[in-house]
Amino acid sequence: MTNLLILIPAALFLGGLGLIAFVWSLRSGQYEDLDGAAMRILVDEEDGE
Amino acid sequence: MTSCRSKTNGRLPDISFANPQAVAKSTDELSGFAHEVRPGISRLELVVPDMHCAGCIGRIERALNGHSAVTEARVNMSTRRVAVQWRSAAAEPAEFVDLLQTAGYASHPFAEREDAAEADRKRSRELVLAMAVAGFAAGNIMLLSVSVWSGASDATRDLFHWLSALIALPAIAFSGRVFFRSAWTALSARSLNMDVPISLAVILAGAMSLYETIGHGDVAYFDAAVMLLFFLLVGRYLDHRTRARARDAVSQLVSLTARTAAFKLPDGSLTPRAIAELAAGDIISVAPDESLPVDGVVVSGTSDIDRSMLTGESMPETASAGTRVHEGTTNLSATLDIRVEACGGETLLASIIATMEAAEQHKAHYVRLADAAARIYAPAVHITALATFIGWMLVGGGDWHTALLAAIAVLIITCPCALGLAVPVVQVVASGALFQAGIMAKSGDAMERLAAIDTAVFDKTGTLTLGRPHLTGPAALDVEHLGLAAGLAAGSRHPLSRAVTAMAAQRGVSPTPLDAVEEVPGSGLLGHRGNQTVRLGSRAWCGEAPGDGNSLENETPSDDGRLELCLKVGDSRMVVLRFEDEPRPDAVQTLAALKQRSLKVEILSGDRPGAVEHMARLLGIKRRQSAVDPVAKARYLQKLAGGGAKVLMVGDGINDAPALAAGYTSMAPSTAADVGRMAADFVFFGDNLSAVATAHTIARRAKALVLQNFGIAAAYNVIAIPFAVLGYASPLVAAIAMSTSSIIVSCNAMRLRIGIPHSGRDTASGAEPRQPAASARPSDRSAA
Repeated sequence: MTNLLILIPAALFLGGLGLIAFVWSLRSGQYEDLDGAAMRILVDEEDGE
Repeated sequence: MTSCRSKTNGRLPDISFANPQAVAKSTDELSGFAHEVRPGISRLELVVPDMHCAGCIGRIERALNGHSAVTEARVNMSTRRVAVQWRSAAAEPAEFVDLLQTAGYASHPFAEREDAAEADRKRSRELVLAMAVAGFAAGNIMLLSVSVWSGASDATRDLFHWLSALIALPAIAFSGRVFFRSAWTALSARSLNMDVPISLAVILAGAMSLYETIGHGDVAYFDAAVMLLFFLLVGRYLDHRTRARARDAVSQLVSLTARTAAFKLPDGSLTPRAIAELAAGDIISVAPDESLPVDGVVVSGTSDIDRSMLTGESMPETASAGTRVHEGTTNLSATLDIRVEACGGETLLASIIATMEAAEQHKAHYVRLADAAARIYAPAVHITALATFIGWMLVGGGDWHTALLAAIAVLIITCPCALGLAVPVVQVVASGALFQAGIMAKSGDAMERLAAIDTAVFDKTGTLTLGRPHLTGPAALDVEHLGLAAGLAAGSRHPLSRAVTAMAAQRGVSPTPLDAVEEVPGSGLLGHRGNQTVRLGSRAWCGEAPGDGNSLENETPSDDGRLELCLKVGDSRMVVLRFEDEPRPDAVQTLAALKQRSLKVEILSGDRPGAVEHMARLLGIKRRQSAVDPVAKARYLQKLAGGGAKVLMVGDGINDAPALAAGYTSMAPSTAADVGRMAADFVFFGDNLSAVATAHTIARRAKALVLQNFGIAAAYNVIAIPFAVLGYASPLVAAIAMSTSSIIVSCNAMRLRIGIPHSGRDTASGAEPRQPAASARPSDRSAA
């Protein structure tokens, strides 16, 4: 039983962390352009241009 | 990928033609779309319909970032828009449009209706947040529930139930609002929708589980209630996204119609004036390549007028003093002064739009499959749950506790998880597949209607054909002559000139530079090489006697639909160039494919009978009508509909708009007139007509999958309900049943992709160097 007192808050905390991370990624616009994100990996960065 | 590069090949140097007046006008217009995000920094979103690959992203961003005033340029591929931010004082918005034009991309500002867009974003954010919270809660409660199911008892079980309640109740209150609100609206209107049983199930399950927890009971449905919310929210969100995307697509299609005209003051100088302020009798000046903002009569100037959008007529007509001209046509070769006769609501275009709106209202209201299903389903769920409750009360001799638990179990089990996902998941996959094939669907029910068609009616000019003539002969045309012709044609906007330049670019012949090139609208072009005179135009223009049996006007095609242009170099024999308004590259195959699916195929054109006959013979279509006016087109479609036919109308011109609106469903190429694109349910990009067949295939498959999904959801209920009614639906059974059915339905939807050409869009542009929309149809360039 005593293990649970540690484990349950730990589980909830980690879950909450995931939720917060998701909300953050949503707010910062990371889901705005899913097609573009898939293509950008192919764009050559041309430094110094 | 590589196809992108070809975009700049064969393009006419458009920029050099931009007259100062046109630029001034567009700057004026564009400033209205820019807004300040921070003091001194402005932001503008430009729609770039032609971007479609990683190369495009790079090129567009580099082009804009190359401007010294730009602080940020970011492409959004999903919406095909680029957002530019710049130091307001250092640049005018029109410069960015020009930059993109130079890079080979036509663009126009994105005009979003702020309030609608804002409401949309708010709703989207609400749904995603609700979904995230429900997902979080469902995961954590499931963790606790698994322990309960695997044997936790007494105090441990109570503790876990309490913890579950602590997570579930706030989550239900937060995430459930979407459903509660909608259910309440439905109930206040004394009707039922899908959200009523959902809300009932969730609230009753929550309340009952809390009661059980307080009384140390051994079953709690917290997990089921929250998981139900989660799955339903996923479906709701996907549905919302599809619709938002469709709405987005619509707002992108509204490119700018001319809002100002160059008003001619008595002293002859020009000043921009809003169209709305023009009155009959005013004189306005229309530069080459502008579309006419009013109906009127030409006062001075001679030019070729492209009327194809209005009438379907493929060749331009010459307008000179005294000619009546109409709004929506495009001025091609020289500046015209026009006396306004009608503007705004009184023009021919406005009357066509009025016909279109009337046709739209006559359309029978279509009931979406999902709504039709919900109408049967929601009452069935309530009746079953109520019957379960009453049944258990009778059997158990008034044991309301057991009866209520069984009724809640029925509500939860029957709750339409799979049903809620059945349609949205398929639509997301289908619209994704359409999008990749270069087709934009404006609504989900359009897709359902497309699946049901039995007749396809095509317009000719611009739909079956590319709407731009193509140089077809003589086959042995030598490089020198082609070079000379291209040298003359380079500065002209006449469709035949464009065809010559395009052919020269395609064969890699560089235009021969000529001196003192001049264009005489209605006759031809004239230039000099050394002391030789080079002429390109009608037979008469090239010095052939008018009496040799050929018409004076070079635009008049002979009866088989062929067009010609003569080239005369010095005193040597003239060369006759032949043109054809080619059918789209895969028109024959597409029509054959449609016929194979036992669809009736017809041509309904506003063009001359000769040209229509020729095309119909070429494509093997028996049912055809020519010289049909816009109203008659719409009336014909209504007649077909009256006879029980479900007609797909494919057309592009202003003259097709009423028919597009009258069709059971409709489709237009992206080169279509604004009104046409607005009226159509689907818009396809690229030159390939196969988009019509592809869209039909995808729509039919989507419908089949939706029906299958309904079947799966129904089968699931048939199996699960007896368990629930008899009281065997423990929380564990409910959880497993719910998630499996949802997953099966989603996986089934994914099958849509199998066997669908994955990158129709890329092959379309690869086969034929796709030029920016600008050179396809002059009228698309209104924003440039």
